[in-house]
Amino acid sequence: MSLFLRDYLNVVWFGLAAVLVAGLLLGLAAAVRPSRPTREKLMAYESGVDPVGMGWSQSQVRYYVFALLFVIFDVEAVFIFPWAASIERYGVFGLITMLAFIILLLDGLVYAWKRGLLRWV
Amino acid sequence: MIVQLAVEVPYWGQSLLRVLGGLVAVLLPAGTIVYLFLFKMMSFMQSRLGPMEAGPFGSMQLFAEVGKWLQKEDIVPENADARIYKIAPIIVLVSTFLLVVVIPFGPDAWFTNFSAGVFYALAIGSVSVIGILVAGWSSANKYSLLGGLRAAGQLIAYELPMVLAVVGVVIQAGSMNLQDIVMAQNTGEIFGWSGIGFPFVLTQFVGFLIFMIAVQAELTQAPFDMPIAESELVSGYMTEYSGFRFLMFFIGEFATAGVFALIASVLFLGGWGIPFSWFGWETIDQVDNWMNIVGPLIMFTKMMVLTGIIMWVRFSYPRFREDQLQRFAWKVLIPLSLANIAVTAIVKVVV
Repeated sequence: MSLFLRDYLNVVWFGLAAVLVAGLLLGLAAAVRPSRPTREKLMAYESGVDPVGMGWSQSQVRYYVFALLFVIFDVEAVFIFPWAASIERYGVFGLITMLAFIILLLDGLVYAWKRGLLRWV
Repeated sequence: MIVQLAVEVPYWGQSLLRVLGGLVAVLLPAGTIVYLFLFKMMSFMQSRLGPMEAGPFGSMQLFAEVGKWLQKEDIVPENADARIYKIAPIIVLVSTFLLVVVIPFGPDAWFTNFSAGVFYALAIGSVSVIGILVAGWSSANKYSLLGGLRAAGQLIAYELPMVLAVVGVVIQAGSMNLQDIVMAQNTGEIFGWSGIGFPFVLTQFVGFLIFMIAVQAELTQAPFDMPIAESELVSGYMTEYSGFRFLMFFIGEFATAGVFALIASVLFLGGWGIPFSWFGWETIDQVDNWMNIVGPLIMFTKMMVLTGIIMWVRFSYPRFREDQLQRFAWKVLIPLSLANIAVTAIVKVVV
């Protein structure tokens, strides 16, 4: 196996080790803890008052537009990183191109701002 | 990965050693942070003593706490989505372990040496929020649902400034490999003076500030603790959790604080290099072997300083409002970090 893949294999080992440790501790806890469920204990907690309606009640997700903007900017970040790592190889040409890219994106942010999309509705 | 040890260690042995090292690297900072800052520093700031009974100055308090949490009943609410409800804390803990994989502690003391280490760290860094969102949703509790939704909104807002703040470092180092970034900082010089190397915090101070603010938000520490707001949401996504699963969220929170502080010290403070003493090594192969022992200690020291700042801010500032949080991220931090990238790039290419 190549060194490159071996590095990523370490990630797998760490993930498995974490699950193992968590499982061991949870197993230990399961061995020593009591289990006496009552109706009141299993009710959803609402500061001592009996819960009204379902826990999965409707609520307004107010940052819907932010989520869309986030996707755009995250993709942008993916584009910027490879250029940033080898900035000297691309020189002035790369710099101007990337600045144009960043300014276009900033323009998008300013547009959203002007339209009032960054306001908390 | 070639480990220079006196005896030849087979692959499984190396992996085992590495995993054990990772356990130490996750749990030791978490324990120290909780005792030193959460128990003691907060107490002193509030004019009280904090835990004093267990061990000298209450230093064994953590073990007592773990013993206590082990015996607590594990309550799964009847309406909850039981299977997912049980998995959520494990996701948070696993994401912390996956994050520590990428951090270099010395010239040879690393777990993995990805050529795109920065990318990996930023990608895995946001996985724990999935655990939080899952916990909030599966609890079938209105407080938890609101807490989970707030956590998601916070991730969306503060992931970007964090990613964009790191771009400045990558531009200066010319590499996404964390070891290269450490070397670039320690072998650099300031106008021909190589006394302290060239930690990027000097030129990337704006980036450093943005990164630390974003870390604060990502860790849901006050003033960005709307997802767990005790006074309004009763710990938000953790409302229904009890017993050991609650403790796993708790460990995950502070272990992640430690790991993010380690990443920040690698990116901005020169990583495992000793401040004011770098013995003229040019490449990573020339670095003496004893740095593998000293490096982790240096990293630990820098981590404690940075988490100290994080906790200091946490204990000092009142909570933001949800809309103030979003406005701060989108109207201040993101334009600022984009400007930081542009200025850094222009200076790097033109000068």
